[in-house]
Amino acid sequence: MDALITQFFNLEIMLKAWPMMLRGLGMTVLLCLAVIPLGLAGGLIVALASTSSSRAVRWTTAILVDIFRAVPPLALLIFISAGLPFAGIRLSPFAAVCLSFFLNNSAYYGEIIRAGIESIGDGQRQAARSTGLTALQTQAYVVLPQAIRNVLPDLVSNTIEVVKLTSLASVVAFAELLYSAEMARSVTYNASPIVMAALMYLALLWPAVRFASSLEHKLKS
Amino acid sequence: MQDDAALLSISGLRLSYGATEVLKGLDLEARRGEMTFIIGPSGSGKSSLLRCCNRLEEPSAGRILIAGEDITKPGANLNRIRRRIGMVFQSFNLYPHMTAAGNVRLALQKVLKKSRSEADAIAMAQLDRVGLSGHAHQYPAQLSGGQQQRVAIARALALEPAIMLFDEPTSALDPELVGEVLKVMRALKDDGMTMVVVSHEMRFARSAADQVVFIAEGRIVETGPPEQIFENPQVQRTRDFVAQAEH
Repeated sequence: MDALITQFFNLEIMLKAWPMMLRGLGMTVLLCLAVIPLGLAGGLIVALASTSSSRAVRWTTAILVDIFRAVPPLALLIFISAGLPFAGIRLSPFAAVCLSFFLNNSAYYGEIIRAGIESIGDGQRQAARSTGLTALQTQAYVVLPQAIRNVLPDLVSNTIEVVKLTSLASVVAFAELLYSAEMARSVTYNASPIVMAALMYLALLWPAVRFASSLEHKLKS
Repeated sequence: MQDDAALLSISGLRLSYGATEVLKGLDLEARRGEMTFIIGPSGSGKSSLLRCCNRLEEPSAGRILIAGEDITKPGANLNRIRRRIGMVFQSFNLYPHMTAAGNVRLALQKVLKKSRSEADAIAMAQLDRVGLSGHAHQYPAQLSGGQQQRVAIARALALEPAIMLFDEPTSALDPELVGEVLKVMRALKDDGMTMVVVSHEMRFARSAADQVVFIAEGRIVETGPPEQIFENPQVQRTRDFVAQAEH
């Protein structure tokens, strides 16, 4: 029992690692602030493209979505950061993470938003078009506000997954939370920083998880 | 344009869904200020006909003129045409995420580019016209079916259309709510609005319509004033339908 406490819940080590961990947390937040809006924007484009009236656009989108949903995000990230330099494209770790997350998340967010769009009856579109609104205005003011609302719990759940997945950035030496914990562990020969990182993720995500559940509850009633 | 001229003029209208032809060459005129009532068995193409008039359906052949403008010609500016044609749907199709006033305001602001306050004033006036100014800030879910349909009528009227199309406006309503919608429609007629109505409200057709068109299997069987269609139909098919509809 003692060994468990010294190895995993060592307060002294945690205190020492604190500044480094805090920087790591800051980088994780920064990463989230970049990849979540990027993914949502990409997802919106994917959703609109996959409900387009042009068959060519729909099919191209479907193929891309399938590919990026099937490829493991870690494999994608390693390919982008280690493979692309051979093609003369050299990205910073931050840019590589952003690009791979953009490709992966756009596909996932896109599928969620598409389901939302498809949940809106055709009558809404017809009513909007019959008053002279363009197709784009109809999407923006009539369809999307309702569609997003209908799938909000799924969007929040997916966002929570994205936040956790940002720890993948540690494999390309981006000093986010998990990477900082790993560094702290390797210099202290003690796993407490990893536990600390887990607690920090928990503190970051628990309110979001609660929010998702309460949303789901509210929409059901 | 003269007062008695046809505001809506349809000639040779055909519409197909895949291999099935639902409209098989229709000719129809609706005169300015008149209420044209379209009756017929379900599946006869009444709603499809109406939906061709603002190109929610694409006709496969024929011509539709509204106020002299050919809306079926290639390159016609649909969005400009549609705001001159008000449409009321069977299932209301109000935007559930907007208040009654918000529903009326949307096209005023986004299509006619009116300011928020201008749009608001028009919305309130139109809601008042359908007797719902007191419900302007309620959401569709808080309104009865009859009230929702009246908001939908106000939404269409706000754009000052030249013609109003009603697609079974009372079919989704509980019987006790039908009257309030018909009352609004009659008031519109008294104001001189040109209307084309698809409906099963035969009693209303008798008393309010200027012209009744009986359609069956994608063709016009008989057209005439309500007295003719309901009292003295000239075609056996019409006679059968009217007898059955009034049981």
